[in-house]
Amino acid sequence: MEQIPILRIGDCLLVSIQVDMHDRLAMALQDDLTNKVVQTRARGVMIDISALEIVDSFIGRMLNNIASMARVLDAVTVVVGMRPAVAITLVELGLGLSGVKTALDVDKGLALIRHLIDEGEGGALDRRQE
Amino acid sequence: MAATTDVIPQILTKHENYLLGQWLAKLTASGVEVGDKTELNDQARRFVAGLRKGSEGGRPDNISGPEWADARAVLEDVSRSGTMRGATPSQIATFVFSLKEPLFELLRRENGSDAGKLAGEIWTATQLLDRLGLYTTEIFQRSREEVIARQQDELLELSTPVVKLWEGVLALPIIGTLDSARTQVVMENLLQEIVNSGAEIAIVDITGVPTVDTVVAQHLLKTISAARLMGADCIISGIRPQIAQTIVHLGVELSVVSKATMADAFALALRRLGKTITDRERKSPVKAD
Repeated sequence: MEQIPILRIGDCLLVSIQVDMHDRLAMALQDDLTNKVVQTRARGVMIDISALEIVDSFIGRMLNNIASMARVLDAVTVVVGMRPAVAITLVELGLGLSGVKTALDVDKGLALIRHLIDEGEGGALDRRQE
Repeated sequence: MAATTDVIPQILTKHENYLLGQWLAKLTASGVEVGDKTELNDQARRFVAGLRKGSEGGRPDNISGPEWADARAVLEDVSRSGTMRGATPSQIATFVFSLKEPLFELLRRENGSDAGKLAGEIWTATQLLDRLGLYTTEIFQRSREEVIARQQDELLELSTPVVKLWEGVLALPIIGTLDSARTQVVMENLLQEIVNSGAEIAIVDITGVPTVDTVVAQHLLKTISAARLMGADCIISGIRPQIAQTIVHLGVELSVVSKATMADAFALALRRLGKTITDRERKSPVKAD
């Protein structure tokens, strides 16, 4: 069975979705990811969907679920690389993905995760506001 | 009524010059603003020729046939040049209708003895000229509609610029009411610009939006959440006091950061990016640099 690779960068996990998602694959991904977060004690999860041309309500819900699961395990989730057409479709469907943080690309996503982790520890926020 | 067309082409051939002279005199006398004299003469001559060709070959009750192509081409020409001069549709239609009087006079001369036949011929001729006259109005309207459609497209393009204010900061000044068609264009432009410039903050300025009702607010929020999905934060600016009141009265929830002026929003954007603006010590009260 095909599998979505989960890559580790420091204390972040990078998931790049490049194939069409279906139920079983989504369940396997959630399983793998939660295991990996616990194993590596990752603080951030980045999901790259730049290869997806269609994001429907199913994938939208899956992204929300992953974010919630990661939050329980004390990791922040950032979805990166959404295409303009995908964003418009999601909004038209009424899916704002309000539970998920977003960034334009992997680079900005990493910076955002770094910032969110620091903020969680109360360090960076104070530094920024000064 | 039988379509007796054989007399009209005869008359047109036999009395062409007389008819043209009378017609042009009528046109001038009717006080209608005519353009270039030689152009009018040329158009009149071509129209009579087209009329003859059409009435010889085609049916007078169907001017969309191929036989009437010449006559139609002349009328399109007349209508277009008239529109450019600023003539009204009735002035342009007068071009055709003023042909009636001299043509009827000639018909009477040819069929003077036979009242029944005369009535039939006049009926055919008047139907034909009415159709041709209405055709000029159609052309006029069609060209107007083309202009309106083009202007709408241009307006749509012109009124949704996305401006880069700073590295990572975009501004989207919205002018005019947001309907769903415009929201689509605004959204596409904004998202594309976010991708191109890698912006993290977009300032949506609604100073130019006359009213914000629930529909407009919904469209606004749609744009903002699409930008958020692309990883850009939005700030709404340019909320006038009146609009603030309407928003509250309507119970619209704008769940985004909003600022009264674009300047405030820009200052906030710079602060979020970690930039600071400081006053430089000025030696003399003249302009900077």
